[in-house]
Amino acid sequence: MESTSEERMHQSGRRGERVRGDVWMAWQESDQALQLRLQSKLESMYGERTRAQLLAWCAAAGLTRGVLEVEDQGAYPLVLRARFEALMQQALADPGLRLDPEPSLAASIPPVERQRARRSRLYLPGNEVKYMVNAALHQPDAVILDLEDSVAPAAKADARALVRHALHTLDFGDCERMVRINQGAMGLEDLAYLADAPFHLLLLPKVESAAQVQEVDTLLGDRDVLLMPILESARGVLHAAEIAAASARNVALTLGLEDLTADLGVVKTAAGNESLFARNFVLHAAKAAGLQAIDSVYGDIDDEDGLRASIREAKALGFEGKGCVHPRQIRVVHEEFAPSPAEIERACAIARAFDAAAAQGLGVVSLGSKMIDPPVVKRALTVVEQALRAGLLAADWRTADSSAAD
Amino acid sequence: MSLTVDSVETVAGRQVPVEVNGLQTVPFAGVGVQRPQGHKVGPPLRTCADYPADGDKRVEAGGDMVAGLKQALEQAGLRDGMTVSTHHHFRNGDLVGNALFDAAKQLGVKDLRWFPSASFPCHEHLLQYLDDGTIHHIEGSMNGPLGDYCSRGKMRGLGVLRSHGGRYQSVQDGEVHIDIAVLAAPTADAFGNATGDRGPSACGLLGFGLADSQYADHVILVTDNLVPFPCHPWQIQGQNVDQVVVVDKVGLAERIVSGTTRVTRSPDRLLIAEYIARFVRDSGIMRQGFSFQAGAGGITLAFAMFLKEFMKEAGITASFVRGGSNQVLVEMLEEGLTPFILDGQTFDLEGVRSMRDNGGHVNTSPFTSYNYHGKGNFASMVDVVVLGATEVDVDFNANVVTHSDGRLLHGIGGWQNCLFAGCTILAVPSVRDRIPVVLESVTTMVGPGELIDVIATERGLCINPARQDLVEAARGCSVPILAIHDLKKQIDQLCGGTVAPPRLGAEFVAAIKWVDGSVIDAVRCVES
Repeated sequence: MESTSEERMHQSGRRGERVRGDVWMAWQESDQALQLRLQSKLESMYGERTRAQLLAWCAAAGLTRGVLEVEDQGAYPLVLRARFEALMQQALADPGLRLDPEPSLAASIPPVERQRARRSRLYLPGNEVKYMVNAALHQPDAVILDLEDSVAPAAKADARALVRHALHTLDFGDCERMVRINQGAMGLEDLAYLADAPFHLLLLPKVESAAQVQEVDTLLGDRDVLLMPILESARGVLHAAEIAAASARNVALTLGLEDLTADLGVVKTAAGNESLFARNFVLHAAKAAGLQAIDSVYGDIDDEDGLRASIREAKALGFEGKGCVHPRQIRVVHEEFAPSPAEIERACAIARAFDAAAAQGLGVVSLGSKMIDPPVVKRALTVVEQALRAGLLAADWRTADSSAAD
Repeated sequence: MSLTVDSVETVAGRQVPVEVNGLQTVPFAGVGVQRPQGHKVGPPLRTCADYPADGDKRVEAGGDMVAGLKQALEQAGLRDGMTVSTHHHFRNGDLVGNALFDAAKQLGVKDLRWFPSASFPCHEHLLQYLDDGTIHHIEGSMNGPLGDYCSRGKMRGLGVLRSHGGRYQSVQDGEVHIDIAVLAAPTADAFGNATGDRGPSACGLLGFGLADSQYADHVILVTDNLVPFPCHPWQIQGQNVDQVVVVDKVGLAERIVSGTTRVTRSPDRLLIAEYIARFVRDSGIMRQGFSFQAGAGGITLAFAMFLKEFMKEAGITASFVRGGSNQVLVEMLEEGLTPFILDGQTFDLEGVRSMRDNGGHVNTSPFTSYNYHGKGNFASMVDVVVLGATEVDVDFNANVVTHSDGRLLHGIGGWQNCLFAGCTILAVPSVRDRIPVVLESVTTMVGPGELIDVIATERGLCINPARQDLVEAARGCSVPILAIHDLKKQIDQLCGGTVAPPRLGAEFVAAIKWVDGSVIDAVRCVES
């Protein structure tokens, strides 16, 4: 996005030889009646349709003058709408201008759920639709439409419009829909922009105080939206407990290790000793507040062994999820966070004992001659739930002879 | 110049020209219907008394390919209107095709018909010779710039696209008469025995030049690695060779690895590959002693990688796999997951090495694998094949030569011939930058739906309802299965409605042959 007051030229979207599945639009002010210049890679398929659509949107927005230049490299309808929306906001100096979204491709959107699994969350750059369209097919627990670090400063307004239209139109299946907004005032603008967009959870970057969370909480009003603060500085880490308790919307805490190590003035290493304190501290703050503790991302997409080792370490510390920067990491994350067959077998035995105790009206659960403490029962029920969700346990496990399925 | 000629409708409802480059066509009448009678053609009689008794057939030349070919072609009697052929084992690193016409141009010969086994973007150099009349037209798979040139109606005569097997068939039943074959040979002796598996420019094998060596009136061999007689083992027999031209460099082996022979990194394409491998495993096709083939293309190569892991997990070995060979297949051979690779062309240099060093890596040709006039062939004996496509339709027909705008951009290769496998799976992304891949009707029909069993996309697999056995076998499969109409609906919704068919001119620019020599469809001129 660029504009200069003298030339009154505005633009949105992306152009260039390597751009595919996107569109670039520019509007040049003039006294002449509106001219549309469309160049489309898909002229023979969609040229007429696109031309008619653009003119109709111009008319609806009240744009009657100037030259509208459009280079279409095979943009989906939702992208055309998003780019036009971003352009018109500048051209007409109307930040409140919105285009109606394309009809939703999703049969339904799952309800907001505090206690759902958040093992994997797939980061999707907010200004790049191509990774969003099929993100759900890779079956992460959550998708993150990112407006923050993966979006260049000059593309922030474009990304907002694209994320809004993507949330309205794309089918993200059963995934929890997360949005990472920017920090500070820009983040609050992001939030306002997405007022009508359907999502479940906001990731708040670089949180350092409870007040930052409370500000977002207040702005959300009566919207049913959950929060996951990201702690990315020494100050944020040390305030983890109060941040965790800052809002009833909080469901998890996570960390951003790139920024944290920069803040600490240390090099981020594969072993991660430099952030061990921060991760442990944040994890304890999360658990103390009854929240999930979610680990950072593993950045090397070609190193599956490294990813596995990193997840095992995180799981051993008590983390329940990991960020994914590539869809191929999702399966690995799910496999590693899944309970082992031995864990499942024991959990099922405890859960059956729990059922039996409940049926007999007993307050104490026992397995053989051994009494099982309530926290152990609780953990066992969680493992059963995880195993069912991961397809590692048959739905009829209560009645089946063997508890652990292949 | 494209041609406006009368057309006739095939049994599949496609309009095809009644005549192609002066020959009356047989419209596609259905799979296995066309049964030509008569005898195969033969090359002209030759007498060994006319050839050097010491076996030295070298043309005196100083190593420059154009100069050497000019001399050889002049001696061979190249004249206007002849058909000259080449093979494509160097893929995008071919040097012979371009040098051949540089030499023809210097000789002032016009109106040649080029009959390559495939062309590649490196042959863009030949556009000038299409323009100046040195080349009249091309009969062979046209990739890249040549396909584009043809699509715009600029080629005199119709392009004719044949499968690898169809090329052999057309030579054997006399539809195409090769006057002069010019065959790149990475290693040869002065008598003309030649092989592709050795030498500084090794390209693996030479099967695509086999028919040319057997049936052309005159055969010129070009090599940059002359070895003392005998070059053994040989892939081309010296008894079929007229002349040997020794040059400095016969081809660029490093360019054999092209875009279609690299494993994909795209998450969606990897997902397709994984889905197919899981389907092959879960449906029971992957069983002890089974066989498979994976064509060129990033998805199919990734499929082989996934399948390899599943085979190892299950302790299953294949009885043979068919190449195009690549690193993954070579690993399977070397790890004992298959005793044989029956190879038609090497897709990377690991394939070249294995072909040379491993007795289980077997040299095959379109004659053994694909030929309609063979007494059976290998391709139909394969249990499962995974191929690509540019488009498919709701009747499971598929296109592999044109894009959705009607432009001719790819060759057929062995694709049509492979459709005869026990289970044919087409691996395609469901949409490419708002271009839907699943259509109501394909732009160009290259493969009839009755031979296509599964269409695999990132959204799941569609099984041809005609294959109820596969529908049953796929129950309980760990891959999403959906009806093709449902898939199309999803894509259309994403793309914003049904796509308009491309606007094409009335003139035909190319004919698409079926494996039996009939014309299954035709390509029309793209409006500029």
